[in-house]
Amino acid sequence: MVTITQTTTQGPGPARKQGRWRRLPVVHQLHQSVGIQRGMLVAGLVLTALFVLAAIFAPLIAPYGFSQLRDEDGAFGAQQPPSPEHLFGTTVGGYDVLSRVIWGTQTGLGVIVVAVLLSIFAGVALGLVSGYFGGWLDRVLVVICDAIYAFPTLLLAIVMSIAISGGQSSLWGGILAAAISITVVFIPQYFRVIRAETVRIKSEAYVESAKVVGTSNLRIMFRHVLRNATRTLPLIFTLNASEAILTLAGLGFLGFGIEPTSAAEWGVDLKAALSDVSSGIWWTSIPPGLAILLTVLGVTLVGESLNDLADPRLRGRRAVSAASGTVAETSVVPGGTLSAGPGGLAGLENEGRP
Amino acid sequence: MSDVLQIRNLDVSFATDAGAVKAVDQVSLTVAPREVLAIVGESGSGKTVTAKTILGLLPETATRAGAILLRSRDGKSENDIATVTKDQLRRIRGADVSMVFQEPSAALNPVLTIGWQIAAGLRAHDPALKRKDARAQAVEILTKVGIPDPESRVDYYPHQFSGGQKQRIVIAMALVLNPGLIVADEPTTALDVTVQAEILDLLRRCRDEFGASIVLITHNMGVVADLADRVAVMYQGRVVEEAAALTLFAHPQNDYTKKLLAAVPRIGQRIEAAERKAPADTDAEPVVRAEKLRIAYPGRLGRPDFVAVDGVDFTIAPGEVVGLVGESGSGKTTIGRAIAGLTTVTGGSLTVLGTEMNGVKERRFRPLRSSIGFVFQDPGSSFNPLLTIAECVAEPLKVHRKSMDQRAVTQRVGELLEAVQLPKAFGSRYPHELSGGQRQRASLARALALDPALLIADEPTSALDVSVQARVLELFAELQKELGFAALFISHDLAVVDILSDKIAVLYRGKLIEEGTGAEVLGAPKDPYTQRLLASLPVPDPVAQAERRRVLADLRYTEPTA
Repeated sequence: MVTITQTTTQGPGPARKQGRWRRLPVVHQLHQSVGIQRGMLVAGLVLTALFVLAAIFAPLIAPYGFSQLRDEDGAFGAQQPPSPEHLFGTTVGGYDVLSRVIWGTQTGLGVIVVAVLLSIFAGVALGLVSGYFGGWLDRVLVVICDAIYAFPTLLLAIVMSIAISGGQSSLWGGILAAAISITVVFIPQYFRVIRAETVRIKSEAYVESAKVVGTSNLRIMFRHVLRNATRTLPLIFTLNASEAILTLAGLGFLGFGIEPTSAAEWGVDLKAALSDVSSGIWWTSIPPGLAILLTVLGVTLVGESLNDLADPRLRGRRAVSAASGTVAETSVVPGGTLSAGPGGLAGLENEGRP
Repeated sequence: MSDVLQIRNLDVSFATDAGAVKAVDQVSLTVAPREVLAIVGESGSGKTVTAKTILGLLPETATRAGAILLRSRDGKSENDIATVTKDQLRRIRGADVSMVFQEPSAALNPVLTIGWQIAAGLRAHDPALKRKDARAQAVEILTKVGIPDPESRVDYYPHQFSGGQKQRIVIAMALVLNPGLIVADEPTTALDVTVQAEILDLLRRCRDEFGASIVLITHNMGVVADLADRVAVMYQGRVVEEAAALTLFAHPQNDYTKKLLAAVPRIGQRIEAAERKAPADTDAEPVVRAEKLRIAYPGRLGRPDFVAVDGVDFTIAPGEVVGLVGESGSGKTTIGRAIAGLTTVTGGSLTVLGTEMNGVKERRFRPLRSSIGFVFQDPGSSFNPLLTIAECVAEPLKVHRKSMDQRAVTQRVGELLEAVQLPKAFGSRYPHELSGGQRQRASLARALALDPALLIADEPTSALDVSVQARVLELFAELQKELGFAALFISHDLAVVDILSDKIAVLYRGKLIEEGTGAEVLGAPKDPYTQRLLASLPVPDPVAQAERRRVLADLRYTEPTA
């Protein structure tokens, strides 16, 4: 029985396997891109990869701990200029700047993961139910989400972080405070996208054909609607990830962040470096600032280029010479080889590639 | 050098994700003054690309080689579209060559008045033109294309016109600068047959009264027979045959042309399989019985409901194929959807398989759904793009035959695919990897998965090319004979309905105006609307079509109000 299932779902052998690998979200787009779009995507992917690797291997890369003030040779000393022992010098509190920048990636990644995990499930589930069934539930949810949109993100995040951490600041308390406050803002975004897609897909012929067959609503929602509605999620995911980093840094900068003894956090470091800027000490503010900039830039570049590549009208292609190519087989769908394929975007992202 | 248009050795290729695709391959064509050249071919044959090249409208992903020489009306200048600058191209467009698009409602901007849109073309070519003069010219051209009361309607917005009138306006926009050449890309495909006949008349007048040459792109052989002087048949990017219309229809030379002509459905031509079809059991309790059926869509606040179906009576006996014909908006699709439980019945009585649909609860109707199959119009969107064909066909089994194990389901899917003549291996493909005709066959397999007593087919072939359509219709007839299901066959094409149906019902504005066997309704129509519908249907034979045109003109004079 198992073998039969596999043959029906997986299709014939190795050719498709290679296709599968190519169809993985980012790999597929990387393969598809050309020119400046590929440059943007590669740059974004490299920056993002650096960020993630730094977060994973922080204990190995960072020369000191994030809250370490002294080693065997005694205290580091405050505001020391860059030296072989401290490549980016030390902060006003006497921490090693490089170590704190590297450890900061862990906090950032933690916030991204928790925030996205919390918001994506709630947002998708609400959007699906709201879009599919409609009615008063839909109207109420849409109004609530619009109301949340009207609040300034940071203000909401400040209120949430005070409520959650209760004035205390620990690593996970800080991360959760930032993540949950971001979640509140993100849920409406996922909700809206999934709801809009659901409303569109609900009237597609294949959903109607499922209804004619007598399929239950639950099965239609998960088998037919949900899988087709999630196409834009990777985009929102990347854009939200950069917003999460910015909100975390903003909270830290305004003094609602995590204490330096609990975790390394770029916003807090920037706030501490404020007074150094005017006294000619550059090394305390530029590294954490650059870290924020590059992380946000990297993740945004990935998101933007995925967005461009997902749209066949924005996607660049290599030019071909007039006499090249083979004549496409006729008797395809009306509109044929020129317009979007029958499977919409998926149809254009051609798997019939040799 | 008297030709208005000369295309020499045109090559067009597109850059796609799957590499270079060649759309047009070494095409050479000429159009003489006051000549209608029809380019026919199936979808993907490169006919639209050829037409767009004439106006320099190719997208950026296209590259081309070859020459397109376009002569201006007075013969003073001749330009090669392939080499002119963008500025020159802008001057040529509209003045020397203009285009009529397929979908008139998409070609007009909904937020601007039609007068403004016609004047926009005029002012683009003559910036000094006064607003008042432009308006006067717009009114004049609207009069010429037959828009009633043009002085006041010039200030109307596109949505205030019917589809046929919109196409007239688009033609007016194309004519207003009096170009020597009009490129009409499927100008009547989106229109009903009766309106199509009027638009074809108008295009004929474009040639006779305005002296324009026309390049007519179409897949409809009837339209070609009606209008064209000369025909170029395109297949896979090449012109396979070029001949005068009379010669082409009488003595087609190329094999492809012959096949294409043979595949066009004609009234009174029944497929062999249809002849042998299972006899309908007219004495038994009918599968569907509609009495004074009324379906209304709720209107917006303060507006009356829109009545789509108004007092319709009909029955479908077990094993009977009923053809439902009508123009767009006649309510034929609504009836099909109501039988399948997709639209609620608001009045009268509709009994489907013994269940009253007026006020039925989904919970009570759900078990009955296994006895109803539905084939949708657009094979492109009726499959979930993320499931394989086998998974899609297995869906009804998974829902209604929960006791079946995976092995039995797989076997049944294999049988079904075989029944619709698709190789079993196609089961593991995704919907977009199949052509339109193959997908419509898979759609038929899905509809038949549960051995339904009733099959509803909503325009199952209108999205397909003629040759593919013929194949699907034949298959439908064969399956019907084998399985003996009753069917409601909905179509706007009289010839298609005639091929398959035992009984034909004609709908007009939500009312059933004529019902009977194919021979009764199409052989000797009683209702004036049916007569007009029948006369409007162009036949693929220029000689017979000229005769029909005359009949239709007579009908119009006797029946001016309809």
